[in-house]
Amino acid sequence: MEICGGQTHTIMKYNIDELLPDKINLIHGPGCPVCVTPLEMIDKAIAIASREDVIFTSFGDMLRVPGSTLDLLGVKANGGDVRMVYSPLDAVKIAEENPNKKVVFFAVGFETTAPANAMAAIQAKQKGLKNFSILVSHVLVPPAIEALLDSENSKIKGFLAAGHVCTVMGFHEYIPLSKKYNIPIIVTGFEPIDILQGIYELIKQLENNRAEVFNAYGRVVSKEGNIPAQKLLSEVFEIVDRKWRGIGVIPKSGFKLKDIYSEFDAEKLFDVGEIEQQESQFCISGEILQGIKKPQECSAFGKECTPEHPLGAPMVSSEGACAAYFHYYKRIN
Amino acid sequence: MNLNCPIPISDYPKVTLAHGGGGTLSNQLIQKMFFSQFDNELLNTTHDGAIFNVPSNRLAFTTDSFVVKPIFFPGGNIGELAINGTVNDLAMCGAIPKFISVGFIIEEGFDMEDLWKIVQSIKVASEKAGVKVVTGDTKVVDKGKGDKIFINTSGIGIVVDGVNINPKNCKPGDKIILSGRIADHGIAIMSAREGLQFETTVESDTAPLNELVSSILDVSKNIKVLRDPTRGGISSALNEIAASANVGIKIQEEKIPVSEQVDSACEILGLDPLYIANEGKLIAIVPPNDAEKILEAMRRNDYGKEAEIIGEVVSDHPKTVVMKTTIGTTRIVDMISGEQLPRIC
Repeated sequence: MEICGGQTHTIMKYNIDELLPDKINLIHGPGCPVCVTPLEMIDKAIAIASREDVIFTSFGDMLRVPGSTLDLLGVKANGGDVRMVYSPLDAVKIAEENPNKKVVFFAVGFETTAPANAMAAIQAKQKGLKNFSILVSHVLVPPAIEALLDSENSKIKGFLAAGHVCTVMGFHEYIPLSKKYNIPIIVTGFEPIDILQGIYELIKQLENNRAEVFNAYGRVVSKEGNIPAQKLLSEVFEIVDRKWRGIGVIPKSGFKLKDIYSEFDAEKLFDVGEIEQQESQFCISGEILQGIKKPQECSAFGKECTPEHPLGAPMVSSEGACAAYFHYYKRIN
Repeated sequence: MNLNCPIPISDYPKVTLAHGGGGTLSNQLIQKMFFSQFDNELLNTTHDGAIFNVPSNRLAFTTDSFVVKPIFFPGGNIGELAINGTVNDLAMCGAIPKFISVGFIIEEGFDMEDLWKIVQSIKVASEKAGVKVVTGDTKVVDKGKGDKIFINTSGIGIVVDGVNINPKNCKPGDKIILSGRIADHGIAIMSAREGLQFETTVESDTAPLNELVSSILDVSKNIKVLRDPTRGGISSALNEIAASANVGIKIQEEKIPVSEQVDSACEILGLDPLYIANEGKLIAIVPPNDAEKILEAMRRNDYGKEAEIIGEVVSDHPKTVVMKTTIGTTRIVDMISGEQLPRIC
């Protein structure tokens, strides 16, 4: 299983299956931050973004993800001030420039994006900003791997771990997991050649009945990871149980702001903590995100559900498995 | 070139509603800023429209609106883009661009100095492309009802005798030529818009392509398709051609020129250069026997130096574009749905 949705896209885009023997079956993993953000969190974002006193900022990828009635681009079309930013620090700047507006940043993502978001909270505190807040929906990779392996349905023989996440966190967290479940974990990059190397290292271990962590992305990743970034994380965030879209609550699988940063917690400031939503009954994103089913096995795939009219986030995100299969799989095969 | 703005800046540093109101200020703006720069006998009749004779050839007529943000970007501005865009649309019809109209929609409060810079660019770009601005219009809208300045240009060109540009003429075996490296414009706009810091600034490729087109039509009248791959990039252009001609298209990744900076920017942002806009490139689909001489002619022109044959028309997989990748696999190059949005990580 490749953990990261970016890796799934590389695999599908470059049709890497074409180079592999039939026996090797790549299963996409849950590593699409947009996809695993629960529906109710999108609805919370939409509720906040719809307010007249708010400038809502987000990475571009989140804007098209459907909530239960519309998406953030829909909020923008209805007159909401929704802005795409490349960095949460840009959102801090917007807050400084617009003292009469409440500026909210939608902090979505895995360990990769969390340090910059932590830095935004730190900067906002240093600058004494009273009009900046963060809607936090951060999730963590190792608990998700554990949840997948604990599932009875798991057929996973090895993992290609997400190189970008390991850039921040290192790969030491994976060593006990590999031992506990007796499974090889290869830290893998995102270029086609990186993916092929990851697969090669994984197959070598499987053929020799080994189960170790191997770093095949050494040009970027070290065992310890980025220590200053990790310090930022522990300064700002604490680990909590998090709900994953289509999967449910995974213990200790996400971040929330620590109490000393709670003045920046958008969920509290805008009183949206109580919004609860049920997922679409037609969307099988839970099974997709756990790799139990492939996108083309969904009855709505390419019919009721397309990138133009997505039922679930995996069809719309640039890292979503359904989007990857829709764009690259259907016509080659 | 007169670099001093002729409108007394001290009196009117900003465009006011009165500049579009049809009275003295409108007249002053039009006379001093537009007529003085676009000066030609057709415009100078100050009629409601331009009246001119045309030869008995077929004509090409096109229109385009420009709402680019930011209006000044690395490598150009909205003014020259508005001229080059319409010039290029005419050139892609196999026509020699002749006459252009320019319509401004300006937001109240727009800097007069910026308007002057834009007008200067229009003047320079139209001279470079050999077209005349023969008619125009100016409207000023309330503050907040526009976004600084929008420009519409329409153009008329004279189609070169013996040329028949039509995607339906494409046949398996025809070669696909790309005039140079892709995605510069889209990345330049994005870098200016979003404040991305690149070590070296990527500049827009905005350019008039009419001379490039003339130079290749001089060596072959058998060119079947000309397309400038603007929004949606070369992917959209090739998909549209494949769909309308009901043919397959096969391209080779290693033949498609992309600058290292653009490639890096795309990698960081999670974007595919095949989907990113160009404003000074063209795709030509040509019979195989003419391909080499057309390629050579293209490379002799300043805007075609990096031209490459990037692929061919095939009978397999009709209406679909596929690409042989650098790792030896074959991938689909799908039509994009909506706009590319940068990924989270």
